[in-house]
Amino acid sequence: MQPFCTFTGVLNDIISTMFNRKFMEELFKPQELYSKKALRTVYDRLAHASIMRLNQASMDKLYDLMTMAFKYQVLLCPRPKDVLLVTFNHLDAIKGFIRDSPTILHQVDETFQQLTEIYGGLSAGEFQLIRQTLLIFFQDLHIRVSIFLKDKVQNSNGRFVLPVSGPLPWGTKVPGLIRTFNNKGEEVRKVEFKHGGSYVAAPKEGSFELYGDRVLKLGTNMYSVNRPVETHMSGASENLAAQTQESIAPNPLAKEELNLLARLIGGMEIKKPSGPEPGFRLNLFTTDEEEEQAALTRPEELFYEVINIQATQDQQTNEELARIMGEFEILDQPRRSASKGDDLLAMMDEL
Amino acid sequence: MFRRERSIPLRGSAAALCNNLSVLQLPGRNLTHFGVVHGPSAQLLSAAPEGVPLAQRQLQAKEGAGVSPPLITQVHWCVLPFRVLLVLTSHRGIQMYESDGSVMVYWHALDAGDASLVQAVFARGIASSGHFICVGMWSGRVLVFDIPAKGPNIVLSEELAGHQTPVTDIATEPAQGQDCVADMVTADDSGLLCVWQSGPEFKLLTRIPGFGVPCPSVQLWQGTIAAGYGNGQVRLYEASTGTLHVQIDAHARAICALDLAPEVGKLLSAAEDTFVHIWKLSRSPEGGYIEVEHCHGECVPDTQVCGARFCDPAGSSFAVTGYDLAEILRFSSM
Repeated sequence: MQPFCTFTGVLNDIISTMFNRKFMEELFKPQELYSKKALRTVYDRLAHASIMRLNQASMDKLYDLMTMAFKYQVLLCPRPKDVLLVTFNHLDAIKGFIRDSPTILHQVDETFQQLTEIYGGLSAGEFQLIRQTLLIFFQDLHIRVSIFLKDKVQNSNGRFVLPVSGPLPWGTKVPGLIRTFNNKGEEVRKVEFKHGGSYVAAPKEGSFELYGDRVLKLGTNMYSVNRPVETHMSGASENLAAQTQESIAPNPLAKEELNLLARLIGGMEIKKPSGPEPGFRLNLFTTDEEEEQAALTRPEELFYEVINIQATQDQQTNEELARIMGEFEILDQPRRSASKGDDLLAMMDEL
Repeated sequence: MFRRERSIPLRGSAAALCNNLSVLQLPGRNLTHFGVVHGPSAQLLSAAPEGVPLAQRQLQAKEGAGVSPPLITQVHWCVLPFRVLLVLTSHRGIQMYESDGSVMVYWHALDAGDASLVQAVFARGIASSGHFICVGMWSGRVLVFDIPAKGPNIVLSEELAGHQTPVTDIATEPAQGQDCVADMVTADDSGLLCVWQSGPEFKLLTRIPGFGVPCPSVQLWQGTIAAGYGNGQVRLYEASTGTLHVQIDAHARAICALDLAPEVGKLLSAAEDTFVHIWKLSRSPEGGYIEVEHCHGECVPDTQVCGARFCDPAGSSFAVTGYDLAEILRFSSM
């Protein structure tokens, strides 16, 4: 197999695992917001659903990127309902990667239907609550991402730029007008005031159909032009007292969370490179030495914890998870692919 | 014109909620209390006039069933005739404390009751009316608690039915006399406003329908309702009739907070568009109906504002909180 085909294989494996029916069924069940640990655990498993492997440092970096990119998208949604449009943008892009695989395409389309069924009819108030809850997950994360810094979308203190110009949310008028009415509902006065921004009305509403112009750019491919993949650790996390308190306090419901994870992950197939075909390792740093160094110097407050299954008392759940986890090994394969992160990303974009 | 004053640091950043700042002015003691929700905890702090922080305290939402610690939706001081209570609403229930947060005097657990699996259950919207404290619920109901002059003998006296969607905010003012007996307004996620007359039994006077967006924040001043909406509009209505008198295209994103300086009729609006605006409300000499004038606009760069309050009754200073910001920003007029 040539490296190029292997690469398509990796994408197909990851996407088909992510859109696996059982996995989606679990995701769509009404549930509380995941803890950071739980999400990281699921993410780790997903990232290893193919023959691709990442070392701890690269995995951390990938997760940081994903988290900050998603935070950006949720934060900048003009209206709360736009989080659904962002999700549809994600699905549209994913469908682009698996154009030639009808089975996986069908899985993604089914997920689309489910999203529309469950979220399509929610009110603005319900979307507001969803968005506010998602923002709680991202609170206090200020990791600087190179592509965001370069595009002036993020400040050097890690906070996102909120422009006071540009298109308004669908349904919002250009600020600046005060209209007064009398008791009969007739307009008796119209006064303008200086609102300080420079906005334009939205041209049209984004489409919520299976195919359509989403209008919103949030959630589309950030890497459509070849870019470096750096993130910066120093000064990234503020209010440690508030943040670490959450992870230090013993969680009496760890067992319930583990059950949830067991159901989610249980359906995931772990790929092991078989026979002469080597796995390939994705390194998001410029060199292996840099990757090692990153692992050693990562600030403690940014250690991602993956659920430790030994912590549970429940023998059965423990065994089940141990079995699943045991099937997964990080194989020390000789490097076949380029060790430069951007080369691989460039390859991904070419697909 | 306003200038930035010294910020007050917070232990935890502010959560992306609406009405996420409560201020208790204590001019007699030269102190101001601030309350901000972080997430599963809320922070109370007191500051001297120059913004020098003096004392702080953190309150947690009372635990209950669930995978994660319960989230607080709002924290608010209620000024009653003989005492001040601090009320904290969460996804589990309603907690009431003495004003400094030192002692919990009452706990009311939410009854998930008819909530379907997909509905979030929470209390939100807090206001005092005479010797009552009113708190809104996810179901649209408003609970009315009868508060004694002192002690923990708080009783749930009534449950008001007026809303079908989660309550967002409640505003009250002393009744204005014979012409206008409306002294309470409740708002919800559908944008519906209910206007009430308080008493041993609260009476629903009128309803003002929404128009497809939530009304996260509402105020009441001299018989005029000021309502801020999710599409950035501020609307003013006559409380007794529900008639719309003023419509302001005020903000480019959802409004998250409104506040009033009742002595001078100043209205503060804050939104996720990073702007805070101050408006002057008055009655026109001819028709006697409400008029609005824009006074001042302030941009808080790169900050999705989530709470804003005047810090004095004349409205010459105000404070602002923003999502992810671990400080309270203060502004005062020059």
